[in-house]
Amino acid sequence: MNYQMLRYVMGQIFKLTAALMGVPLMTALYYRDDGAVPILVVLLPLLFAGYVMTARKPVNQTIYAREGFVIVAFAWILMSVFGALPFVISGDIPNFIDALFETVSGFTTTGSTLLPDVESMPMSLIMWRSFTHWIGGMGVLVFALALLPSGSAQSMYIMRAEVPGPSVGKLVAKTQLTARILYGIYIFFTVLEAVLLRLTGMRWFDCIANAFATAGTGGFSVLNSGIGGYGNVWVEIVITVFMLIFSINFNLFYMLLIRQFSEVLRNVEIKVFFGIYLTTTLLITPNIMPLYGGSFWRALRYAGFTTASLCSSTGFGTADFTLWPAFSQTILILLMFCGACAGSTGGGLKVARVMILVKSGVSEIRRQLNPRLISTVKLEGQVVENEQIRTQGAFFILYMVILLVSTLLLSMDRYSFDVSFSAALTALNNMGPGLGAIGPYGNFADFTPFSKLVIIFDMLVGRLEIFPILIAFMPRTWKKA
Amino acid sequence: MNIIIVGNGKVGRSLTRQLAGEGHNVVVIDRNPQVVEDVINDFDVMGICGNGASCEIQRQGGVAKADLLISVTQTDELNMLCCLLAKQLGCRHSIARVRTPEYTKQLEFMQKHFGISMLVNPEWEAADEISRILRFPSAIKLEPFAEGHVELAEIAIGGDNELIGKPVHMLHEKYRVRVLVCAVKRDDEAIIPNGDFVIKKGDRIYVTASRPELVNFMRALGLYRSRTRRVMIAGGGKVAYYLAKQMQEIGGCKVKIIEKSEDRAVELSEALPKAEVICGDATASELLDEQGLGVQDAFVALMGRDEENAILSMYATTKKVGKIITKSSRMSTNVLNGIGLESVISAKELATDRILRYVRALHNSEGTAVRTLYRIVDGKAEALEFSVPNEFPHTGVTFREMKLKDNVIIACIIRKNKVIFPGGDDCMEAGDTVIVVSSIQRLRTLQDIIE
Repeated sequence: MNYQMLRYVMGQIFKLTAALMGVPLMTALYYRDDGAVPILVVLLPLLFAGYVMTARKPVNQTIYAREGFVIVAFAWILMSVFGALPFVISGDIPNFIDALFETVSGFTTTGSTLLPDVESMPMSLIMWRSFTHWIGGMGVLVFALALLPSGSAQSMYIMRAEVPGPSVGKLVAKTQLTARILYGIYIFFTVLEAVLLRLTGMRWFDCIANAFATAGTGGFSVLNSGIGGYGNVWVEIVITVFMLIFSINFNLFYMLLIRQFSEVLRNVEIKVFFGIYLTTTLLITPNIMPLYGGSFWRALRYAGFTTASLCSSTGFGTADFTLWPAFSQTILILLMFCGACAGSTGGGLKVARVMILVKSGVSEIRRQLNPRLISTVKLEGQVVENEQIRTQGAFFILYMVILLVSTLLLSMDRYSFDVSFSAALTALNNMGPGLGAIGPYGNFADFTPFSKLVIIFDMLVGRLEIFPILIAFMPRTWKKA
Repeated sequence: MNIIIVGNGKVGRSLTRQLAGEGHNVVVIDRNPQVVEDVINDFDVMGICGNGASCEIQRQGGVAKADLLISVTQTDELNMLCCLLAKQLGCRHSIARVRTPEYTKQLEFMQKHFGISMLVNPEWEAADEISRILRFPSAIKLEPFAEGHVELAEIAIGGDNELIGKPVHMLHEKYRVRVLVCAVKRDDEAIIPNGDFVIKKGDRIYVTASRPELVNFMRALGLYRSRTRRVMIAGGGKVAYYLAKQMQEIGGCKVKIIEKSEDRAVELSEALPKAEVICGDATASELLDEQGLGVQDAFVALMGRDEENAILSMYATTKKVGKIITKSSRMSTNVLNGIGLESVISAKELATDRILRYVRALHNSEGTAVRTLYRIVDGKAEALEFSVPNEFPHTGVTFREMKLKDNVIIACIIRKNKVIFPGGDDCMEAGDTVIVVSSIQRLRTLQDIIE
């Protein structure tokens, strides 16, 4: 383990976190609210620690896969701990575990909240809460890679551990430029969304906060009543469109940018993703029509928004789907599993991974029928290596094990099975709302602290795609190689 | 620059390390997914898995916007095809590795008519380097600059060397020779010495001088060995063939090649009428003794495996052979130096150097481009040759007034065929050739040496 390098990168992350806290700080100064002091109390020591830790450059800058995973896991955990402190200090969320829950939920773009009354917080802290979604969406380390002078050549290990999806490709030769392009696209769409929201008549603060929450596919809202609280169909349309945009593989936007349209048209994952979206919307709409006075258009409006919100793993709500028929709720649960496209900011298993798993399952059946058959799994016209299939299989098994064990641990709480199960599922997939008491208009406040810690763990595991967090907590990682 | 490297074997990897380290945008294409995986893990480059000679794959690598494509796959024909395609697809320059001996005679022809910028033959480069050492065996290695006006020699300081404990500036007073110590390897580190630097036992010093001065210097140190008259080569591969051919052309040296395969031995003896080709296993010590290893001036180990080369070279050391040269393809020079083998030749490193020289020259079009480049001290320092252009802003400024960067030394200046070892009152003039030694890597222009 290269501890020097670990210290150095952590220092950079501290500095970056401090810099990012500048956004809520400015909000606090603009609105002259009570957030400024708590933010400064955290920001300044963080900045100082960051400068101390990065004062000396490590001599040996080589990092391997192990360091990459550990750096990513530590960065996320420490960032969440420090990100939670302003809430505790200001007294808005006095309990540290509660504040940590809220912050982890923000950084991992889950969007599960335990605040019954968001609107009573200072504006600056509401902004910080939404801004954590934006930072967590593309990943803070990718941001660090984009900004910092090109560091070690093995930065790919870090990027791979942080970017969601079964495989990470580079857009261009250099990691730094790749990271910059990704963030460029990210910023562009965020700004575009904020401007479009403004055109619907929303006030600027809400435009920006909601754009942050959509871009990271997070789901924290500014109003207690969620996006439904605006009661404006145009707001819902804009947000639906952008939730879908942010669940598309960002590489495709780059392909559009460099005019490789044929590459984009050939992409199968995006077609499957939109196929899933349209099918589920059309299945749910007639199912919920009776609830909305038999109006097809109203049902479509709520179904379209909710399915987009869940298959992008955002978790915004306009309608309380806990009141919907069981058929619709089951579809929504299945959507949570599937998630968004690989290489997007969305969570879940990822469409590409589901495709690999399903195809390898089918190919296995064919092989059982005819043992001598050579059957290869193809994705996007390219053969998926057996190694890759094995990794995805292992990923899925670990995912299920964590899901079931978490459900078991959460069931010790006082809730029914559907609540416990959906809490674990929604956390692991970085979704936000669950069923029953934790639906879009409920909150997680009444869970015991132990249950909250389990959910925090699930959220981190889900965002970093299982391996980094598990690896960081394995004793073997810390032994000498 | 945007550079595409097709094939990531030994040379490809070494190039990738160097070029990515120098900050170029490198795309690596290889057929083997594991190789691609490894290369993107280790270096900041993009990897593509596929056949480098397919248009589709080259386009994916951004060939149209590439400045240079380097093809170093296993087969010559594939390399040339890659380059031809790249040129048609809009790549500006291309380099191919070509090593089949039959093609070497037509290298220039192919280069010109195929429009390939450079064809590199690593084995030929290796043979060239070895023959240079054999002609001046006193040094561990010898690199020529400025068309041979100046040479850079690497000398090991053994336990009984009289230079030990002496500061560098005394060389001139004591031996009345005009040589300059421009780099020292000590404990795996490259040091660019100033005048007060004291030489220690175990150092390796790099000196620049003209050939006659170098001979005088070595004589004075008692290290001088006259040129090789009898050389034994173990292993009859491509390098052996080129080496024997080069030695034949120079004349005055008897070459004995030991090759195990009978077919290959016959082939060699047909191609090299003057050489003595022995069919037998060079790893058998009896055979080496029988063939007179003890009376050879030099022994060159060019077997297929590094281990065999290392062990044979050690055996030759026990037989007191004056000059031993070991070929290594995978093992690092450090490991072989560690077991007492001084002259180690790596075809991979030589080919890398050659290509790197081209890339550096390409990178800069202002006329101060690098003309010759050698990586010394295991790649930790570089010796570069620049020519001073007319518009160079620092001409006529004395070195005393000029602020050179740390760890940079001007080894010598060649002006109108005269070698000048510059002092504080000298200056650069347009048209000069300047040789710079530096442990700062990645110098591209003469301007880069000035603070």
